[in-house]
Amino acid sequence: MKALLKHRVAVLIALIWLPLAGYVMFRPALGAFGSYLLLPAVPAVILLYVTALRRWRESSVAIVGVTLVCFWLLMAVAAPYLPLPDPNKPIAPFVPPGGIRHGVLFLLGSDMRGRDVLSRDLWGCQRVLVWGVTATSVAYLVGGACGLIGGYLGGWWDEIVSFAGNVLLSFPVMVLFILVLNLLGQSGFNIIIAVTCSSAPVIMRIVRGLALDAKSRDYIQAAQTRGEHPLWIMLVEMLPNVRAPIIVDACLRLGYTTVAITTLTFLGLGLQPPDPDWGLMIKEAATAAMLWKYSYMLIVPALSVSSLILGFNLIADGLREMSLRD
Amino acid sequence: MGNLIVRRTAQMLLIMLTVSLLLFAIFDSDQFRKKVAVAELGGFGVATLSDADYQDWLQKKGLNQPFLPRYGEWLKNVAHGDLGRSLEKDVAVSTLLKESLANTGILAFFVFLIMIPLALGLGVLAGMNEGSPLDRIISFVAVLTTSIPQIATAVLLTVALALGLGWVPTKSAMTDGWSFRELVLPLATLLFYDVGYIVRMTRAAMAEVMTSQYIRTAVLKGLPYRRVILRHALRNALIVPVTLIFLELNGLLSQVVVIEVFFQYGGFGRMLYDAANFGDIQVLQAATLVAVCVAVASQLLSDAAYVLLNPRVRFT
Repeated sequence: MKALLKHRVAVLIALIWLPLAGYVMFRPALGAFGSYLLLPAVPAVILLYVTALRRWRESSVAIVGVTLVCFWLLMAVAAPYLPLPDPNKPIAPFVPPGGIRHGVLFLLGSDMRGRDVLSRDLWGCQRVLVWGVTATSVAYLVGGACGLIGGYLGGWWDEIVSFAGNVLLSFPVMVLFILVLNLLGQSGFNIIIAVTCSSAPVIMRIVRGLALDAKSRDYIQAAQTRGEHPLWIMLVEMLPNVRAPIIVDACLRLGYTTVAITTLTFLGLGLQPPDPDWGLMIKEAATAAMLWKYSYMLIVPALSVSSLILGFNLIADGLREMSLRD
Repeated sequence: MGNLIVRRTAQMLLIMLTVSLLLFAIFDSDQFRKKVAVAELGGFGVATLSDADYQDWLQKKGLNQPFLPRYGEWLKNVAHGDLGRSLEKDVAVSTLLKESLANTGILAFFVFLIMIPLALGLGVLAGMNEGSPLDRIISFVAVLTTSIPQIATAVLLTVALALGLGWVPTKSAMTDGWSFRELVLPLATLLFYDVGYIVRMTRAAMAEVMTSQYIRTAVLKGLPYRRVILRHALRNALIVPVTLIFLELNGLLSQVVVIEVFFQYGGFGRMLYDAANFGDIQVLQAATLVAVCVAVASQLLSDAAYVLLNPRVRFT
């Protein structure tokens, strides 16, 4: 129980992310059970928000950021329980915002196929968040491991890891995405691979630099003298001590990944329709409804994705500011 | 200096060689070979093709030779500028590439023409007096513009300038000849993000320089403020931003994909995207090669600029 309280944030994130990822990735397999899966995540998000508010109260920038991100997180887990129409069900096309058709109120209007824009927008954030967080985490696992190996073990290990990173970094990001998704096919899991290919080398460089710096410190040499296993030194001694800059970078990288996923869906390369997604909403509206009076279909997803990314960036700014202050 | 250039060029050649091998291996896979067959013989033709006939076809195209000789031949052709023929449009890839690169070049030229003075100027102004109202305004706007992804910027600018005010057309396909008005939206979208990014970096570098000892000494010595800024501070503050501007060339190649697709501008990114969607292997392969070339060259330029501008760094 005490351990649970100590690692409260990690437990809360697991409580939110596991059901959410299961819900988005394996919904058809879950059946009727799926509709209850997200219920415990709703209070978990609120608790996470309160914890973050208390911990980061000294930085107003971080507070604004965490409010934006937690808002979208709450919408992602609460979307199935909100009184909204089905995001994929055509009801009445081209209803202006605030209009009522067939007894349904369209707060943000409906799109060219008659689906509720608000509902699609809120459901869309679910997919973006789940795939974005998953892809970033995998990229961190791969990049972090390579960086620790390259930085701590050095020698040939370092040469191999650095060269592989340089080769991947010589591709412009979008070109790499198009190549990978064309080679492997278009799905959420392949987006994870594509994002890993583009992000892991950068993460590797950061972690490698931090590991090189930590290597010469006394506590690492003490551990080496004790005869600890290199794996133990890297994971237990080194990693916790270099985590502050990594967490800041992770927040920024979550933003980049969100941009990448939205852009890829816009290009028709990532997650597949008909399930809603911000990039997909922009793509559909940009091809079918390029008129001033229908511009709400474009503005709503554009502002949504911008606000989520602004949230991630502000958290990163706030964390950096706080770490400089101490 | 010369030593560094030689070393970096050697490194670049090694990377290019690895990348070309990688690309050839990727596009040489069975899956992509099937796509070439589909493009040439038609989907129905391939579906009814017996295995022996397929092998015959491979034989005829010289596709079932061992890997290395074919790679060597491909490399030789590329070195001679022969990049193959587009499967979709049946013209030489190099012609297609030249045209689209020229279009993207025009876009990039205007981006850099406007971005360099604007971003460096605003960044220096903000960094000169850290914490002043001007600094706060510039920093806030820069954070905002870099937080909005380009796809959203494209949407919002289109809604405001094209749909709302009607100043510029929504698409930049340039079907009735070249016009600057059609270039405005893609240009503005690219500038929106890039200027913000360079401003933030310039501001950080300038602010750091302004807190250093030698600037304080220069001010206390009684030098005119203008002279301190122009002669002493700028030289050091602009090193990092200038190298970043070279690296933006690499970023631009990524960014143009989404912007050219959104605005239907016939440039490099659009060509790459179309080729990927159609399965036009030859074009995709050539375009990737060119993109990597430009990216690696921009890294080399950026490194060279860093050494040239920063006398404290001497790689040996």
